[in-house]
Amino acid sequence: MAKNLVIPIGPQHPSLKEPACFTITLEGEKVVNAVVGTGYNHRGLEKACEARTFIQDLYIIERVCGICSHIHSTTFCQAVEELAGVEITRRAAYIRTIMAELERLHSHLLWLGIAGHEVGFDTLLMYSWRDRELVLDVLAALGGNRVNYGINTIGGVRRDVTPELIEQIRKVADIVEERNKYYIQLALSETTLAARLGGIGKLSHDDAIKFGAVGPVSRAAEVPDDIRVTDPYAAYDEVPVTAITDNHADVFGRTVVRVLEIMESVKMIRFCLDNLPEGDIVTKVPRKIPEGEVLIRTEAPRGEDAHYVRSNGTDKPDRVRVRAASEANWHGMKHMLEGDYLADVPIIIAAIDPCYSCTDRAIILDNHDTGEQSVTDWRSLREYSINWYKVRGIDTSKIKIAYSPLIF
Amino acid sequence: MRKGPGKITGEALRHVFAKPATISYPAGELVIDKNYRGRINFDASKCIGCKLCVRDCPANAITIDNLGTKEEKKMQLTLNYAHCIFCCQCVDSCNKDAISFEPNIELAGTSRKDMIVKL
Ligand code: SF4
Ligand code: SF4
Repeated sequence: MAKNLVIPIGPQHPSLKEPACFTITLEGEKVVNAVVGTGYNHRGLEKACEARTFIQDLYIIERVCGICSHIHSTTFCQAVEELAGVEITRRAAYIRTIMAELERLHSHLLWLGIAGHEVGFDTLLMYSWRDRELVLDVLAALGGNRVNYGINTIGGVRRDVTPELIEQIRKVADIVEERNKYYIQLALSETTLAARLGGIGKLSHDDAIKFGAVGPVSRAAEVPDDIRVTDPYAAYDEVPVTAITDNHADVFGRTVVRVLEIMESVKMIRFCLDNLPEGDIVTKVPRKIPEGEVLIRTEAPRGEDAHYVRSNGTDKPDRVRVRAASEANWHGMKHMLEGDYLADVPIIIAAIDPCYSCTDRAIILDNHDTGEQSVTDWRSLREYSINWYKVRGIDTSKIKIAYSPLIF
Repeated sequence: MRKGPGKITGEALRHVFAKPATISYPAGELVIDKNYRGRINFDASKCIGCKLCVRDCPANAITIDNLGTKEEKKMQLTLNYAHCIFCCQCVDSCNKDAISFEPNIELAGTSRKDMIVKL
């Protein structure tokens, strides 16, 4: 019998432009074993938060993810507000909700493009990213930046929506709705797309629960798990939310859930604009946050996002823990990949809409034979790489790397 | 829409004759929203030297110095643009409106030294 082939996919650019290594064992073309290796991009953000004040942390937390930056800062703000015993104004809650739904629009449109790209349907990538650009423009006008909007502050939001902005958001919502109708039709009628995405990356209802999958991955397996419905935050207690589910339980199902969610988000944005309460946008919060600990959950475009914040009564947090949505979805990945063909690996990985660096933590290497554990820090890793190149005749030690005094 | 392959062909053909969705940059004009956070400006006459901006800056990009005397202040803000993340928390933190921003994002330089500016 032929020997099984082991192929490492990554850590450079495995399907998405972030580092992770998937060690795939093949029998012929079929995946019989998959090992998910993340941890290449540990940035130490949680630790960095503990060294700075709550206000400074806002901007670190916003950089946990480059796509769902708003939901992370919303979660963190909510945690600090809860600790401080402050309730934000309704207007601020509505503005946070509008931002969150606009963010979901841009995130899902981005994903649709990536999914198209992974299956060789680049025309779809061009169109959906063109439409996403409109959403980014309105996010920039509202927050002040395309990616790190910086609209949240502890106690509310930093910027109000003006009547002109409301008009601009409405216009973008109309265009996105119109274009998305076409994408829904396309997803449901283009047989090549359905044939390519259907039946791969299966994660059944029971498995989704067993592996703790979240967001569109679990909803595509008919698990009606949506924090906006089950544990409403911001203005979701007033805004009507329908958790979109599907019964395909595969990559196609995840596509359907996301395109239908775009329609839901458009509806929610319109509701928020129609019912935007008057009032202040920010409530004063003291710099020193009372002692205590809190866990807050929100629904990011990729699923449930959870932040744990502990305060010791000073202006700096004692502990910050971020559980981004992708971290929950990695656990089922091995199961989703096994049994499928090698050619389907990139799209199956991309279908959970993963964020690698959001989920990366320090790696501890376990020696299976001796049971020894080791952790390599940045400096020794650099030394190792210099030596690695040196024995191969290349001297990289002259390359200067700017050390940030804050980190090193 | 009938089921079948090639469903996007019509749309794709239509786009052959459509105007490009991209803007021409740097050849064309950069259209940017007036609320976009860019270049930081400083009004020394309004600054009282409380250093709230320094304290809240997440990137440690600001230094405030008094070049004058205690009575006759001459405040100077030194900004390290290479560290600044354009969050504008300094603008929010300043109670005296001494710091403001403008939607100017064309701030690239070729040396790290050039990125440290005295305002
Ligand atoms: S916060 Fe304003 S007044 Fe205070 S030091 Fe900074 S610029 Fe000056
Ligand atoms: S914009 Fe942000 S990073 Fe830049 S100087 Fe102001 S507070 Fe610091």
